[in-house]
Amino acid sequence: MFDFLDSGQYDLLGAFWVTAKLALYSAIGSLIWGTALVAMRVSPVPLMRAFGTAYVNIVRNTPLTVVIVACLLGLNQTLLITLGGQRSEDIGFRLAVLGLIAYTGTFVCEALRSGINTVPPGQAEAARALGMSFTQVLTLVVLPQAFRAAVTPLANVLIALTKNTTVAAAIGAAEAAFLMKEMIENEADALFAVFAVFAFGFIALTLPTGLILGWAAKRLAVKR
Amino acid sequence: MSGESVSKSAPGGPEDTPRAADDLVVLTGVNKHFGALHVLQDIDLTISRGEVVVVIGPSGSGKSTLCRTINRLESIDSGSISIDGKPLPAEGKELARLRSDVGMVFQSFNLFAHKTVLENVMLGQIKVRRTEKKAAEAKARALLDRVGVGTQADKYPAQLSGGQQQRVAIARALAMGPKVMLFDEPTSALDPEMINEVLEVMQQLARDGMTMVVVTHEMGFARSAANRVVFMADGRIVEQATPEEFFSNPRSDRAKDFLSKILHH
Repeated sequence: MFDFLDSGQYDLLGAFWVTAKLALYSAIGSLIWGTALVAMRVSPVPLMRAFGTAYVNIVRNTPLTVVIVACLLGLNQTLLITLGGQRSEDIGFRLAVLGLIAYTGTFVCEALRSGINTVPPGQAEAARALGMSFTQVLTLVVLPQAFRAAVTPLANVLIALTKNTTVAAAIGAAEAAFLMKEMIENEADALFAVFAVFAFGFIALTLPTGLILGWAAKRLAVKR
Repeated sequence: MSGESVSKSAPGGPEDTPRAADDLVVLTGVNKHFGALHVLQDIDLTISRGEVVVVIGPSGSGKSTLCRTINRLESIDSGSISIDGKPLPAEGKELARLRSDVGMVFQSFNLFAHKTVLENVMLGQIKVRRTEKKAAEAKARALLDRVGVGTQADKYPAQLSGGQQQRVAIARALAMGPKVMLFDEPTSALDPEMINEVLEVMQQLARDGMTMVVVTHEMGFARSAANRVVFMADGRIVEQATPEEFFSNPRSDRAKDFLSKILHH
């Protein structure tokens, strides 16, 4: 039933390696972008607050497929942006990372914002009373506590992101879902086996993530 | 220190308050509204260097708000506040610099929950004052010893009792070398048996010549440590006097009424 795995025709590990890389780069990028967005959303500057709010509400309510395809059609094919990629697979991969960061950053932002809401206002007040600037209050006192409170929702975002990488197949990034489509066509008689293999692959990626971060959430929790 | 402490009183026997030329905190015509509520009405208040001013009054009288306007944790609608001759800026770096010279102690302690006691006392020194880490740690440890929690330096705030946390908060404020210390009901969230350990630290500070503004319900502290009692009601300063005068012979009916409720029951 799983004979197709032995044929040497498919690079299953390679495809999942691309998926893992997509998820990792996008996770790092969206963590940074999400932090920047949340800083805007809580900043005292009205223009930045307005931008943060508008961006989050527009992008998180746009289907990911639309965001990813817009990256290819809009950025690459219209504006000829390649992000330094040569082969079409590379370009697809890089554009997919960009699209995933743009999209996932909004969820990171909102997870962090819920984390910020768990930090008592007195913490920021005490920091301001010491003479800290807005940036110092945020980076030294509020965000470190917000991150610790947001580990669990951030784990959810990371798991969703890992599975969302499958959308990158739509613009030709050679990740797991891309290979799955190919295998479904060639191995139609083992359809359920193909599904099972890929489902297992994703569980192998996301289950440890959830368990490790669940443990981390408990360890890092701020005692009040 | 000697020039600054001329107006200091011996503990237990406050003298008359000299309104010296050396004014440190000056509030002139300060007004503030919370929506329709006029919480501060034409407040004029001058605090001299080295003076200990205790603000008392019924809840909702605006005394906490007054305390918080002095380092602009609350903005004001009109009037002016100056500290050591400099008007309080509305925002930005200038405001941060001024705040670093004004120590603040809160009712709910507000120690940074993710940092150890030692780190709490070092953070402002390192990040705001740009002090060397070693020097900051030495100063932090000395201050923690001074307030009697030196042995707790490596614990987290949640592992300490309320009284210990509040003493750490005082050390954290002192670490900045403030010109004036604001205390916003520092003992109101404490269990009764912990109130004294905090008041003793404050008494010591007062004896050392620190300029202090203390919002409190501790009449014993007002009697023994204050140079001046400011009585507030309904957003106004109703009466100011030395503690002796105020407690034995209040002039306004509002103050008489307040004192009769808290002193005899």
